Amino acid sequence: MNQGVRPSSAGGAIDLRGVTKLYGGLRVVDDISLSIRPGEFFSLLGPSGSGKTTTLMMVAGFADVDRGAVDVDGVDVADLPPQKRGFGMVFQNYAIFPHLNVFENVAFPLRARHRPEPEIREKVNRALDLVQLGSFASRFARQLSGGQQQRVAIARAIVFEPRLVLMDEPLGALDKNLRYDMQVEIKEIQRRLGMTVVYVTHDQEEAMNMSDRIAILNRGRVEQVGAPAEVYERPQNAFVARFLGEANLLAGTVSAQAADCAVLRVGEHSFRARLAAPIETGQPASLFVRPERVLLEAEAGTDEAWNHVGGEVRRASFLGNIVRYLVQVGPSLAMRIDAQNAGPAPFAVGARVFLKWAVADSLLLVE
Amino acid sequence: MRREAFWRDPAILVYPAIAFLVIGFVIPLTWFFVATLSEIGGPSAILGQVVSIASSRAVVSALITTNWIALLVTALTLLAGYPIAYYLSTGNRLRFTLVLFCIVVPYFTSVIVRTYSWMVLLGRNGVINQALLSLGVIDAPLPLLYNKLGVVIGMTYVLLPYMILTLYAAMKAIDPSYMRAGLALGASRTYAFRRIYLPLSAHGAISGSLIVFILAIGFFITPALMGGPSDVMIAMLIERSVEIMLDWQGAAIMSLLLLALTLVLFAIYYRVTDVRRMMGA
Repeated sequence: MNQGVRPSSAGGAIDLRGVTKLYGGLRVVDDISLSIRPGEFFSLLGPSGSGKTTTLMMVAGFADVDRGAVDVDGVDVADLPPQKRGFGMVFQNYAIFPHLNVFENVAFPLRARHRPEPEIREKVNRALDLVQLGSFASRFARQLSGGQQQRVAIARAIVFEPRLVLMDEPLGALDKNLRYDMQVEIKEIQRRLGMTVVYVTHDQEEAMNMSDRIAILNRGRVEQVGAPAEVYERPQNAFVARFLGEANLLAGTVSAQAADCAVLRVGEHSFRARLAAPIETGQPASLFVRPERVLLEAEAGTDEAWNHVGGEVRRASFLGNIVRYLVQVGPSLAMRIDAQNAGPAPFAVGARVFLKWAVADSLLLVE
Repeated sequence: MRREAFWRDPAILVYPAIAFLVIGFVIPLTWFFVATLSEIGGPSAILGQVVSIASSRAVVSALITTNWIALLVTALTLLAGYPIAYYLSTGNRLRFTLVLFCIVVPYFTSVIVRTYSWMVLLGRNGVINQALLSLGVIDAPLPLLYNKLGVVIGMTYVLLPYMILTLYAAMKAIDPSYMRAGLALGASRTYAFRRIYLPLSAHGAISGSLIVFILAIGFFITPALMGGPSDVMIAMLIERSVEIMLDWQGAAIMSLLLLALTLVLFAIYYRVTDVRRMMGA
C-alpha cells in the first residue's frame, strides 16, 4: 500500500526557545526549551495543569507566547495566525463539522486553499483510504462512532500534506481497547507519511507506545526528555519515576559512595544503587526500582550484584498476566513487586519471602 | 397502582397550563368561530362568504401591506440582530448580562409606552427631526412617523429581541472548536465563517425569522399608532370590523385567514426546529 498521501516535504522541525506563558502572574508554561526533529513523533506528557496543552496551543498559534520563541524550520512563527501556519491539527473532541459529510470535512483544508476539484477528489479519497473510511464518504458525524470520527479528524489533518501535525489528546474520549488500536494506526500513518507529530497526552502508556521521544512536563516545566525506554528506565527525578508507570521509591540517606555507585541507608537496611546525578554523602535520597525488576524468592540470596531484603507478603493481587505483591520489608517500609504469572504457584499472603533486585536496576534519585 | 402512576408522571406539571389555555383561549375562540359562522348558513354558504371577503379590496390590500411590512421587519431584525447575537455569544458573562439587560429590560414596560417613546423621537417636532434641523442637515422635517417607515422602525424595535434571543440560542450551541478547527486547517476567518459558522447558525436565523414574521403579521398596536391611513394591517382591519362596523362575521373570517396563515408558518417553523434536533446541534 504505497499510495497514501504523499510523504510530506521534508521539514517540520520545531524549536521551542525559553517559551513562557503567563496567566495572571501564574507561569502555566515556564521557560520550556525543546528541539523536535523533522519526522519525529514527539509527545508532551504530563498531568493536567502541567502546561502541555498550552504549549501545543502556542505552537498552533491559538495562544500567544509571552516570552521566548517558537521556531518552525528555523523561522519564528510568532506573527503568523493559526490559519497561516499550515499545520494539521486534531482536537480532543474531534470537531468534525456536523453540517458537512465525511468527504467535505476531509476536503475542507483543500477547499480553503482553493485547490482544483480533481485534486481535491483524489487527495480526499486517498486520505480516507489511509484511515480505512473509504466507504463512509457520504456519512455525517452523527452517523459515526467515536473511533470513526477520530479517523475523519486525522484524515482531515493530513489531507493537505502538512509538515507538522499537532494532536491534542486525540484518543482521550475512546475506550481502552479502541485506544490501543488507534495508537498503532496513528503511529503507522505517521511513519508512512514521515511527518512530524507533536502529541499531547496524559496517558503514559499511550506516550510510550507511540513516541520517538517524550517530554515529561510538570507544573509548566520540562522534567525530562528522552526516548520511552530511556525515561522509563532512567528517570531523572522522583516525579518522572512515579509518573511513568509504577515505581518503588525507598527514602533514605546516602551513607557512602564510590564512582558511580552509592550506598543508601533506609531504616535498618542498606541498599546499593547507581547514581543518576552527583550526590553528597549524608544527603537524603530515594532508591528507585521498578516493581517488575524485583524478584521474589523463598530463600535468602547472597549474590553481590544484587540488593537483598526479607519480608512478609501483605497483599497479592492476581491481575492475569502478572501477580502484584505488596511485601512488608520493614516497620514502615513496603515494596511493590510485579511477578510474571508463569512458573511456580504464587506466594500466599503472610508468607515469608526474600526480595532481590540488581544494583544495575537501582537508581538513586533526589526528590 | 394506576392512580399512583398518574401522580408520578412529570407531565402533570403541564396540565394546569394546558387547562388555562383551553379555558381562556381555545374554548372562547372556537365558540366565537362556531357562533358567528353558523349564522351564515351551511358549509357552501360559509365558503362563499370566505371567498368574497378574502377577495375584497380592503382585505387583499391589508394582506399585501401586512406581509410586506412583516417581511421588511423580519429582514431588518435579522440584519440588526445577527451581529448583536454573535457579539453576545462570543462574550464573557459580564458582557452577556449587560447587553441582555439593555435588550430585555425595556420589555418590562408595555408596548404602548415604548411605541409612544418612538413617536416622541420620530415625530415632526420629535427629537430626531429637531436635532437634524438644528444641525442644518435638513431644511424641513423628515416624514418619519404616520407612514410605513414609522411602522417598520417601531415594529423592528419591538420584535428585535425575539430575533436576538433565538439567534443567540443557536449560536451558543455552536461548539467554538469548530471555528478553531477551521482556522487550524488553514481557512481564513471569512472562509471559516462562511463555510462553518453561517451554515451552523442558519437554522437559528430561519427560526428567528419565522417567529418574527408570525408575530409581525398579527401586530396591532404599533402599526395602529405609528402608521398612516394607508398602512392598514390585517389585525387593524379585524379590530375595525368588530369595534366600528360590528361585522362579526367578517371579523371571524379574517381572523380565520390570519390564523390559517400563522398555522402554516408555524408548521414550517416546527419542521425547521425538528431538523435542528436531527443535526444534533
